[in-house]
Parts: sequence; C-alpha cells; structure tokens
Amino acid sequence: MIWNETFECMGRDELHLIQSSRLRETVERVYANSPFYRRKMQELSITPEDIQTVEDLVKLPFTVKTDLRDNYPFGLFSAPMSEIVRLHASSGTTGKPIVAGYTRKDLNTWSEILARTFTAGGCGKSDIFHIAFGYGLFTGGLGAHSGAERIGASVIPISTGNTEKQIQLMTDFGSTVLCCTPSYALYLAETIEKMGVKDKLRLRTGFFGAEPWTEAMRTEIQNKLGIKAYDIYGLTEVMGPGVSYNCSEQNGMHINEDMFIPEIIDPKTLKPVAQGEIGELVFTTIYKEGMPVLRYRTKDLTRLVYEPCPCGRSFVRMEKIKGRSDDMLIIRGVNVFPTQVESVLLEFPEVAPHYHIFVDRVNNTDTFEIHVEMRPECFSDNLSRVLDLSKRITHRLQSVLGIGPVLKLVEPNSIQRTTGKSVHVTDLRKVY
Amino acid sequence: MNIIKQLSVFLENRYGRLTELTTALGQAHINLSAFNIAESSDFGIMRMVVSDPFEARRVLLEKGFAVSLSDVLCLQIDNQPGELSKVLGLFSDQGITVEYMYAFAVGEHANIIICPDKLDVCVKVLEDHHKTILDASHVETF
Repeated sequence: MIWNETFECMGRDELHLIQSSRLRETVERVYANSPFYRRKMQELSITPEDIQTVEDLVKLPFTVKTDLRDNYPFGLFSAPMSEIVRLHASSGTTGKPIVAGYTRKDLNTWSEILARTFTAGGCGKSDIFHIAFGYGLFTGGLGAHSGAERIGASVIPISTGNTEKQIQLMTDFGSTVLCCTPSYALYLAETIEKMGVKDKLRLRTGFFGAEPWTEAMRTEIQNKLGIKAYDIYGLTEVMGPGVSYNCSEQNGMHINEDMFIPEIIDPKTLKPVAQGEIGELVFTTIYKEGMPVLRYRTKDLTRLVYEPCPCGRSFVRMEKIKGRSDDMLIIRGVNVFPTQVESVLLEFPEVAPHYHIFVDRVNNTDTFEIHVEMRPECFSDNLSRVLDLSKRITHRLQSVLGIGPVLKLVEPNSIQRTTGKSVHVTDLRKVY
Repeated sequence: MNIIKQLSVFLENRYGRLTELTTALGQAHINLSAFNIAESSDFGIMRMVVSDPFEARRVLLEKGFAVSLSDVLCLQIDNQPGELSKVLGLFSDQGITVEYMYAFAVGEHANIIICPDKLDVCVKVLEDHHKTILDASHVETF
C-alpha cells in the first residue's frame, strides 16, 4: 500500500525539479532568517543565487552537531518563535542538549512521512497502534503518534516502562501494531513468553528504530512476536523518525526525497563518494520551516541504492546503518557521547578523569557500565562516604545523559592508558 | 599519644588484590596489628593499624593504591560480659556516634579500635571515666 503515490512514486526527473525548487526556497529562507547560516554562506562567498539545482548542493556549508550546541537553544531556527508550535531535544556532545523547533507545517510534514511509513508496512485505519517509544522531548513517541493518527488508526500512547502492564493492555486492547526500539521489542517478546500470553496477542506488524539493529535481530523479532518488522530511521536534527522507511520488501529504507536530500560523503575528505559506496550520510532538509538544516552530517555510515525497488516507489533507498564516523553510542535508544561522561566526571574532584565505558547487551537489554578511578588522595576510610560519592556521580550522569549507568569506582591507575587518543569505550554489542 | 593513625586502602573486588596489598606491606617490613574489611558489592575498604603508618602509606601510594590516614583510638577493656555496654552507654549519654569499630578479645583483655564522630569528646569521656586508651606506640607493636 502507498500513502502518497504522487510523491512516493514520482519520476526521478520530476522529483529533481521539485527538489531543486524546494532547495532554493530553503536556502533563501535560512539566508534571510538564520544569522548562523548567513554567516556560514558568507564565509564561503556564496549567496542564495548560487544555488539553483540539486547539483549546487555541494557548494553549501556542512552543519554538525556542535553547531547546534554552540547556538543553543534556538540559534539555528529559521522561523520566529511565534511560528514555532513544538520543541523537541536530544543529547548533544556535552552537557547541553540539542533542540529542534517545528512550525505547524513541519508537524504536518512529519505526520505525512510517518503516514507513508506505516502505510508502506501495510497498516491502516483499522489498526491499533501500541506506541512504546518514549513520549516527551524524545521525538520517537510523539512522532510515531502523529503518523498513526494521520492514517486514522487507534493509538495507544503507552510510552516506555512497566513491561507487564504494557503486555496486559496489548492483549486487552488487541493491539495490532507495535512501535518501539528493536531491543525493547525483543525484551517484550521474552516477557510475553514468560507470561505465557502469546496466543492472546493480535500483533501483526512492528516499526522499530532509534537505535541500530541487525538483520539477525529482525529475524528474531519476527519469529518471536510473529510479526513483520520494519525499520524506521530518523534523527531529531533532521526531523525525527520517518526520514526514511522500509517498504514491504524490507530491503533498505526509502528516503523521503521530496523532504530530505541525501548525500554520502567521505568523512575525512568531506567529498562525495562514488555512487553506491559506503560513507557518511548527510541530509539537507528542503521542506522544513522551523529548523531547516543544510548538509547535516549524521555521522551514520551507510550506502545509497538507486536501483528501482519492486514496490514501485522511486525514492532512493539507504541500507541499514553500518556504523558511526564518530564515537557516539546509542544505548537503549539514547545517544551517549564519551565526552558527556567526561564532562560530568570532571565536576567531581574525588575521581580522576580516567574512565572506561562498557556497553553490552544482556537479555536484549543494553547494559551500560562506567568505571572511574578514585584519586589516591581523595579516598576516605568511611564506606558510606565512598558509596555516597558513587551515588552522587551516578545521579549527575543520569541527569546529563538521560540514561542511568552502573558506576564502578576502581583503583588508581587500573584503567589502561593509551598513547595517543585514549580509547574510552568497549562496546560488546553486535548492533551493526 | 593516644590517637592512632589508621591506614585505609581502597580495594576493588578483584582476585588476588588482597594478596598484592599484604605482599607490598610485608616486603616493606610493615607489620599489621589489627585490621578490618568493610565491603560493598564492587569494592572494599581495608582499615588497618600498622607498625609504621606513614611509611606504609608511602609504600602503598607508590604501588598505586588509594590510601588515606585517619584518626582512631584503641580502647582496652576487661574481657567480661557487660564491659562493652558500659562504654557504649557513656558514648550515647554524650551524644557520640560510632562510625565503625573492630575488636578482638583474648585472655584478660579486649582491644577495640573505635572511630567515633567526635574524637576529642570521646577521648575526654573515656579519660574522665578512667578507661584505658592504648597509645599508638603500644598498639602498633602489639
């Protein structure tokens, strides 16, 4: 099923015309309204007149996550606050989050792309959506919610947590569609098995995203829950979930190219790679008002597939994310940067800034442990004081990262030192 | 001098770590008179009274241990039923809290290492009631 055949199946030439025209409008908008982008373009000695077609995209400056942090909170907005109707946020590289603002039209665009996503997965108005993405500043919950409402489905805004109650409602309400992170889907599947209620479930479809997952996980989710599992991809800086989506082929994610222009670049040279090669995914939003971004570097590594898809959609497909070009970790759907951990630890004089992050996946749930060295001179003979220190650091990490780590104080010099760039992370999960 | 410098060491719950610690002390000819280990799930704190606390601290810091010195006192009481409760009664009357203590009794006496919240008050109360506080030179060479 196709939600918007006009756009989703549009000929590539016509799409190119629309993209060029929308790109021109976007560049004019940011140049006129965002001092940040005007300055960036002036530095490159370009004006909106230099951007006429999609081919001119390479003349534009890149945008990176730190640009959002440096212009916190609203510095990249291209619409006045009176036009902004919604704010979302996600982790930045240090303490400050990055913020996205949406106009009414942006929210409409967002629900449109999610309506396309859900329709591509065969869902419609008789479906009952169980949305177990977090609701709040995170884009997952409210994003999926708006798309499910748009297609006329019944929506259960269950959000995260309280797994047994989730399953109870899933059986009582007869949910047919599940939206959550893939690791939570597996955790749900296991709990369903333990509760012995699999026969009472009416689930038949699931949409999963917000963290990387493998084809092996897809097979496992499909088998355990007896559903078809589809990928949703997105990021707050660009829009949120729905930037690209699986069709029934489950073979790559179609990028909503009438809204976002993708590029693949070499993260070192920043030059486009040859067609079909793996590199860093870059997006330019061409239909956003609140916070359009030019050439936003996602740091996600993938490749684009231009061969026509049997589903009939003409939108290019991106393959599953194959890794990161930076050190960002996605733990239980939350973006975590080692630099964030470091900035918190530096607030505590009792511990040395020597730390190591261990991430693993046990029983389909990500584990997150941080080892940090006691400073030899700051140690106390008082056990409760040491435990209290550990508690205070954990609390602070939880509030900055948005996810609670298990903190382990270790002896001085017990964390391996490396010459050159220190290695702060051991990630034992196989998520790419 | 009836205040004792107690040496505390941060120990990860790691196989062989206690052996490494005691080996380092042994090689430096430092004798242990008393010790106790407080444990949590991830780490322990070994508190000890040693023959030369300052030298012991130097040796352990050099070996990369997190170490601290703190003031405790050693009370000697008769090895009789009810003796400990008499002393603790004095503490509670004076609003003194015991943070931790460790003890061993053999023969006529029991020796108790005490870490109170108010050390000065504690010493005064014990002296006022003619209790025996062992001085450092005595304890460190038990």
